[in-house]
Amino acid sequence: MLTRMDSFQATIDADGRIEPRDAMPEGYRKTLIRQIAQHAHSEIIGMQPEGNWISRAPSLRRKAILMAKVQDEAGHGLYLYAAAETLGVDRAELLDLLHAGRQKYSSIFNYPTLTWADIGAIGWLVDGAAIVNQVPLCRCSYGPYARAMVRVCKEESFHQRQGFEILHTLCNGTPGQKAMAQDALDRWWWPSLMMFGPPDAASTHSEQSMAWGIKRHSNDELRQRFVDMTVPQADILGLRVPDDGLVYDDATGHYTFTEPDYAELYEVVKGNGPCNEKRLAHRVKAHEDGAWVREAAAAYAAKRQEAVA
Amino acid sequence: MSIEPLWEVFVRSRRGLSHTHVGSLHAPDATMALRNARDVYTRRQEGVSIWVVRATDITASSPDEKDEFFDPAGDKVYRHPTFYEVPEGVEHL
Repeated sequence: MLTRMDSFQATIDADGRIEPRDAMPEGYRKTLIRQIAQHAHSEIIGMQPEGNWISRAPSLRRKAILMAKVQDEAGHGLYLYAAAETLGVDRAELLDLLHAGRQKYSSIFNYPTLTWADIGAIGWLVDGAAIVNQVPLCRCSYGPYARAMVRVCKEESFHQRQGFEILHTLCNGTPGQKAMAQDALDRWWWPSLMMFGPPDAASTHSEQSMAWGIKRHSNDELRQRFVDMTVPQADILGLRVPDDGLVYDDATGHYTFTEPDYAELYEVVKGNGPCNEKRLAHRVKAHEDGAWVREAAAAYAAKRQEAVA
Repeated sequence: MSIEPLWEVFVRSRRGLSHTHVGSLHAPDATMALRNARDVYTRRQEGVSIWVVRATDITASSPDEKDEFFDPAGDKVYRHPTFYEVPEGVEHL
């Protein structure tokens, strides 16, 4: 007789999808909750570095685009919190863990956006790296997560293009504007490479996640894919990737590149990046400032309920 | 616990198609759930109609009894047209 756990393994082995009420090992559930929550937190914290530039966007067109992008990030956060909740956790609980610093978000959002060109660099590099990470997640073994990622990926490609367009415009502008674009690439290149996580040899959760079909490619594989995709795009912009070790290898068809400083990644993950405290404090404040809205809506709903009863 | 109940969201992507489940969200009441669903799930004109249903109002079949529950249809191949032999030369059948 097949147990419910056998049926879990059989589904995974057949590359099928696990759905919310199916039996699953506790480790699978916990890994997914951790990963989806971290992903959701990244989406909503990611609104901050860009939101910072909405009021200073250089034209009405750019402002409307940036607002739409930041709204998308909020939406992506909501898709992902909803996916996490199908595993039996509550969104409010996940937000409490974020606010208490007990769950993480992507280290990339702990870097500041100093100039308008940074908005271009985030769209092009950060969203570009996110797409490389996220496309394989559309085939993740957990159905609700995979479905949320399909929606996210569809929307993300506009984000990357608008970023590239910003930089392309700056690169074809005055020498000062081009220098601003180069400066943004210089600062965002290394943190973007860190977005793929530690090198495979040091990656703690990877092996089990691969076996469970949550993760489909290793960190180093995805990092290589990102470099191969991005370097020719930098050439088109006429910008220099800040890596003296960058060489195209004719034999393999891939770029050889310098690894980022992972010690910096660990420091930022630990909370010692340039903006960690600011990001979290802002998030907590936004949540607390919104409390009266949630309370008023609940009170109104209760009053209406009484009127019906 | 969230003060706001959970709602399941169904969207009709265009006329002629049925509503399809797209995800869920929290909202204090049905009106807010509809508005939030519009903002969360149809930012790019993905729908012409939205349903929201309180998640607690949905009764679902249990994955535990999946086999017993769906078994009865398993041995009734005669419900499919391919079960029947059609003599050669018969048309429009």
